[in-house]
Amino acid sequence: MIAKVLISFELNSKKIEVETEPDRRVIDLLREDLGLTGVKESCGRGDCGSCSILVDGFVRLSCLMLAVQLHGRKILTIEGLNELEGVSISVQDAFVELGAVQCGFCTPGMIMSTIDLLNSNPKPSRNEIREAISGNICRCGAYQKILDAVETVTEELSESKNV
Amino acid sequence: MKFNSINIGSILCRPDALLKVSGEAKFAVDYYENNCVWAGVKRALEPHAILKNIDCVNALKIPGVLKVLTHKDVQGTNRQGVIRKDQPVLVNDKIRHCGDAVALVLAETKSDLSLAIDAVQIEMERLPAVTDIATALETDSHLVHEHNEKSNILLAGDITVGKGLAAANQCDVLVEAKFETQRQEHAYMETENGWAWLDDEGRINIVCSTQTPFRDRVEIAEALGIDPKNIRIIVPYVGGAFGGKDGITVQSLLALAAQHSEGRPVKMWWNREESFLSSVKRHPSMMSYRLGAKLDGTLHFLDVDISLDTGPYDHLGGVVLALAMEHSGGPYRIPNGLIRGKCVYTNNPVGGAFRGFGVTQVTSAMERAVDLLAEKLGMDRLELRLQNALKAGDRNFIGKTLITSTGIIECLETLSRHKLWRRKLSWKCGAPIFKKRGIGISAVMHASGYGPVVPDYANAKLELTENGKFRIYCGVVDMGQGNTTANIQIIGSLLNQPVGRIEVILPDTDKTLPSGSASASRCTYTFGNALVSAAGIMRERLCQKVADLLMIKDSNEFSMVPEAIRHLPTNREIRLETIARTMDLAEKVVIAHFRAPVATDLVTNDQEMRLHGIPHNLFSYSANLAYIEIDEITGKVGVQKYLTVSDCGKVVNPQLYDQQIQGGICQGLGLALYENFETLDGYVLTKDLSTYLVPTSMDVPDVESVALGIHEPSGPFGSKGIGEISTNGPLPTIANAIFDATGHMLKKSPIKPEAVLAALERNLSR
Repeated sequence: MIAKVLISFELNSKKIEVETEPDRRVIDLLREDLGLTGVKESCGRGDCGSCSILVDGFVRLSCLMLAVQLHGRKILTIEGLNELEGVSISVQDAFVELGAVQCGFCTPGMIMSTIDLLNSNPKPSRNEIREAISGNICRCGAYQKILDAVETVTEELSESKNV
Repeated sequence: MKFNSINIGSILCRPDALLKVSGEAKFAVDYYENNCVWAGVKRALEPHAILKNIDCVNALKIPGVLKVLTHKDVQGTNRQGVIRKDQPVLVNDKIRHCGDAVALVLAETKSDLSLAIDAVQIEMERLPAVTDIATALETDSHLVHEHNEKSNILLAGDITVGKGLAAANQCDVLVEAKFETQRQEHAYMETENGWAWLDDEGRINIVCSTQTPFRDRVEIAEALGIDPKNIRIIVPYVGGAFGGKDGITVQSLLALAAQHSEGRPVKMWWNREESFLSSVKRHPSMMSYRLGAKLDGTLHFLDVDISLDTGPYDHLGGVVLALAMEHSGGPYRIPNGLIRGKCVYTNNPVGGAFRGFGVTQVTSAMERAVDLLAEKLGMDRLELRLQNALKAGDRNFIGKTLITSTGIIECLETLSRHKLWRRKLSWKCGAPIFKKRGIGISAVMHASGYGPVVPDYANAKLELTENGKFRIYCGVVDMGQGNTTANIQIIGSLLNQPVGRIEVILPDTDKTLPSGSASASRCTYTFGNALVSAAGIMRERLCQKVADLLMIKDSNEFSMVPEAIRHLPTNREIRLETIARTMDLAEKVVIAHFRAPVATDLVTNDQEMRLHGIPHNLFSYSANLAYIEIDEITGKVGVQKYLTVSDCGKVVNPQLYDQQIQGGICQGLGLALYENFETLDGYVLTKDLSTYLVPTSMDVPDVESVALGIHEPSGPFGSKGIGEISTNGPLPTIANAIFDATGHMLKKSPIKPEAVLAALERNLSR
């Protein structure tokens, strides 16, 4: 038994401190210890993107990170988007309206990758969107509507800036 | 929010999508109960062996390990299966594939569990594994099931059409080819899981990811020796299934674990590797085709021989074979021929239901044969298809008279008028350097429902709630296909209520009623029809109730309006909430039953074939077109355009319809070009999503989908099945496009760049 480690980080806009085992994965910490089950596990080895979260604004795979790596960082999960305004809400709305959700298991990860993309590139082309979400597998095959949804968001964003 | 119309034919955004984009939607896997015990399975990891002993001593020494259960702890038959009960919950005599469950371990934590599973030792005597169809059929082959009447054959049958093989000689042109399709893994994002608990009354409650809660209950009961009434199954949102959750996965194991967890809740969650190892797959197939025609292109004869590798258990293998045989001649009139089929036991992974269900395999063969025939006849491939395409009143290849809407001709004609077909030559000629272009087409039919013997019904329950809303109790699982949304539209439009006034209860064997499986492209057709009846009864009852309250004679003067019932002559309204208060519970609930019409055509006297589903009554159709570009240097095939024209009846919700079309094509393209679940001598080589390549956003083109919206009189609002048909198109369409580009018909899938390169090289050496 190895002693637990105390870590502190910002989770969905709230500062928290937790004690955790040094070998605990981020996804287990989030889902089991903190109840954030919107973060999904589908492969557990970095192949599918379902467990994507934002770490300091960049998309990361929570199945391949250790909890201790979160120390001092800002973490955003799908649950944290609900309290934010702006881009994230637009992305969520567009996914619903444009039919980008089927079974919904890949959806949280897909949305996190989308937000990461829009943070760095607010006006991506359809091909750039394809590339940005290519690490997120959607077995229902909703890609076309996911692309439509992200395109709609980017159009809305550029329109609102032009106003 | 936009798109919240409940009108049939309009887009209603899925109410569940709102929960799924916010992370609030709970899948079975998202429940972590207090004081939870983790359960896990020791897998055989051997394809064929006699089980000698299970040594649990070391496993039990590991701190945190609570129990190691074996077949000795199973009180019932220890056998599961849909048609034939041949799959053990826990192996008791013989290991028949690597994914067989041998022991069930209960532990305090996931890490204790994993250590203990490793520590369970299986003592066994290895047997030679039966790992291909040909070997399995040899007379001296080792037997997968020693007591099976027909050696390694699960089900075999043949159906003679017209003059049978004798008609081969009457053909002017005959083409012959052998096709082989691979084992395909469903790879649903939510792997198999669930949790269970024994309640105070001694009932076992299971929350799990399944397509078949009511059938599961009976299977678990028999296998474990429990009264089915003492099992409750609850199915929240399911993270994809595609046929792979059509039957038992974790259910019996969870129930067994709950019997031994001393009242504590039990959770089980297979990881990706375990899911790959243990779950059912699309049956690998070997298909021989001989297709013959008269000089004018009239199809005259077809001789088909289909063999499916079902692994060691039936699961739904026999039914898959029957559907494959039924569809082996595609959507064409073919007056003569022979259909032979067999489903063969091996020690490979278990074959089972997968979207397309046998039709995917035979369609890929038939449609390639049609292209080969067109070339030999010197005919246009679209003309040849149109000339022979089925219309209502025709008999299809197995001899079933088509009495439901039959739109394959309209599908093909619409395709022929589409710009992608008309501009194909100019596009093909515009190939850039080191690229070769080709255009492929295919015509597809796909049945829905269960066939003539297995009862195909649904029971819709509809309740007026205390606050005047309508609550739909649906026993048919929503694994992502969106039937919940269609149900809301049906009630909303028939009872004139906005979406916010309609609630849904997801499948729960205690609350909803048996309505069959979420499979066979039947969900909205069968349950929808029941729901339409329920809505009619409810409307009539409520209008009569209000008429009685107001002492107005004619209840026809009343109509439902949002949240109320209005007396049209006087505009007087009574709120539904008020009406609800005057009714007792029994009065507020309507239950309506629908039984799908079945075919009465006697196409075969073989009772086994009929039991397994031959023939069906209702079919959907599609015509497909793909533009592909081959990289001459690497052999990589890029799919540039994909058009599908479909006859799946009237469209209830165009967004849901598109989702089904696009998703099925995505999986079909995976089958055509990438996906291959590999084994060697029965051992599983494919263990993860980095070696099992499902299509990503980079691999699938935007699909153009044209829904013809032909009215099907027997369907709710004229609709019929949409769930599976699109999966069947891509493999033959892409193969035919490669044929168009290279002159070589590739007969083995997935069609890998190596095979395409070899085809190109054959051209160079000519």
